[in-house]
Amino acid sequence: MADDKVLQAIDEPPVMESEICVTDELVEVYIMGKPYTVPASLTIMKAMEYVGYKLVRGVGCREGFCGACGTVFRRRGDYKLYSGLACQTLVEDGMYLTQIPSFPAEKAVYDIRELEPTANTILSYYPELARCVSCNSCTKVCPQEIDVMDYVNEALRGDIERAAHTSFDCIMCGLCTVRCHAEMPQYLIGILARRLYAAHIAARAQDLESRVQQILDGEFDKELADIKKLSEEELKDLYKKRDIEPT
Amino acid sequence: METIPYFPGCTCKADALPFEVSAKAVMRELDIEMREWERWTCCGTVYSMTTDDLIHQLGPARNLIRVQEEGSDRVVTICSMCYSTLKLSAMMFDADEEKLQKLNDFLYDEVDYEGGIRVMHILELLRDDVGFEAVKERVVRPLEGLRVAPYYGCTLVRPTEAGIDDREEPRVMHDLLEALGAEVVDSPFKVECCGSYETVDRPEMVAEKCHRILSDAIKRGADLVVTSCPLCEFNLDDRQDVISSIAPRFPGIPVLYFTSLMAIAFDLPEEEWGLESATVDPLPVLQEKVLAPKDEGGG
Ligand code: SF4
Ligand code: SF4
Ligand code: FES
Repeated sequence: MADDKVLQAIDEPPVMESEICVTDELVEVYIMGKPYTVPASLTIMKAMEYVGYKLVRGVGCREGFCGACGTVFRRRGDYKLYSGLACQTLVEDGMYLTQIPSFPAEKAVYDIRELEPTANTILSYYPELARCVSCNSCTKVCPQEIDVMDYVNEALRGDIERAAHTSFDCIMCGLCTVRCHAEMPQYLIGILARRLYAAHIAARAQDLESRVQQILDGEFDKELADIKKLSEEELKDLYKKRDIEPT
Repeated sequence: METIPYFPGCTCKADALPFEVSAKAVMRELDIEMREWERWTCCGTVYSMTTDDLIHQLGPARNLIRVQEEGSDRVVTICSMCYSTLKLSAMMFDADEEKLQKLNDFLYDEVDYEGGIRVMHILELLRDDVGFEAVKERVVRPLEGLRVAPYYGCTLVRPTEAGIDDREEPRVMHDLLEALGAEVVDSPFKVECCGSYETVDRPEMVAEKCHRILSDAIKRGADLVVTSCPLCEFNLDDRQDVISSIAPRFPGIPVLYFTSLMAIAFDLPEEEWGLESATVDPLPVLQEKVLAPKDEGGG
């Protein structure tokens, strides 16, 4: 269970370090220009903690969902720029690492209900959208492997539905924005497209609306009051016997 | 039915969507399917004339690569600006081996562009492939008595090497309109600039230019003006309110895409006429001159 050991090592590095060194292959990485020797089994995030960094910003879910831990890196002998989420990417020998927990971008403020789902709406908040030169640097850097250039172009031509779908997996890490030749915040454009799609284009879920109405009408009040009176055992029993939707 | 890769351009998917609707419909009637490919990007909007500014050739080049992937050696556009940007870029890469090499080095995420793609405007396709005789044969409602002034603007005919016709005396829209049975009103302002993108920052200047273009057409008795460029259409049509504020006696004149008149002459269903982008209502004059049942003499 190397992983457990590593986790403990992060809690108490001075004690566990020697043990890990024995059991794990070591690699050399550069963090902010300084070389460190770390176990190869660590993610970039764990490696940083292993060498003594206390992460306050640039960390969140540790599960690849929150987008807080965007990282760019180069490999020794390779001119290309690579990227990844620090919590999801394993260290490799000769990695030069830089964290980009946040990158400046101005977020537009709007009331989505008042907007029309058109290209002009997006352009009115982010006119720089029209400056895209199709360099595709955004797509190359995206840790979610999203076709960023494509959703940008879909938004530009007012295909809000496609822009919403193409950008759907975006975790707002902002790495695309770091690379943009046109200096636009792609991810903010993407979320505006998804919001426009959800508010104005996607079919409304009838079931949800009628259920919300039932709740507001108090149809479940009595049932809820009854459940609240049950003992823990009775609750567990009820839970086991609940209706499960066929898959 | 013959199929040709079609590059729509951003505007023809937004404000100028009716142009695309009518264009696709009339070409279908002439046995050509204009087929849009999956992942196109902005054409680049304006051709960059700075010779070492290759970054602004990436947009057009990516689209040319897509055409190559479609297995075609030509592509058709309907917007004059997209036409011009793609055309000039394709010509540049055909003529400059070194730039082509540099482009391919940079675009390592794509297959190499091999060059040799012919960029065509839909008017060329109509003239050179379909032929105006075939257009004439398809007409069921000739536009007799409708006086139409064709407006070409800049990017269809300039610069000369990328123009689809003579840069001072173009004929292509004239000939097409004649094939539709319309009476063509020729105006020396047909190739004057409408003011183009200045419309964003200087609408008065654009209105002044459009005022001159439109007034001349009106003086020569035109019922309406046709164009092939969404930006010209916007300037000539939507900016008429600014013209009216400068020149209160300006009577106004409808501005349409030429494909709308084709759709009407072909008697296609109304939803394929593409009149929705017109701000100055063309229906009264169309009603009077073309749509109302013709008096068959005596009757
Ligand atoms: S689209 Fe941009 S912000 Fe979203 S995940 Fe990709 S790189 Fe990050
Ligand atoms: S990085 Fe910016 S300019 Fe380049 S393709 Fe992406 S959005 Fe367009
Ligand atoms: S910490 Fe949330 S994605 Fe890495």
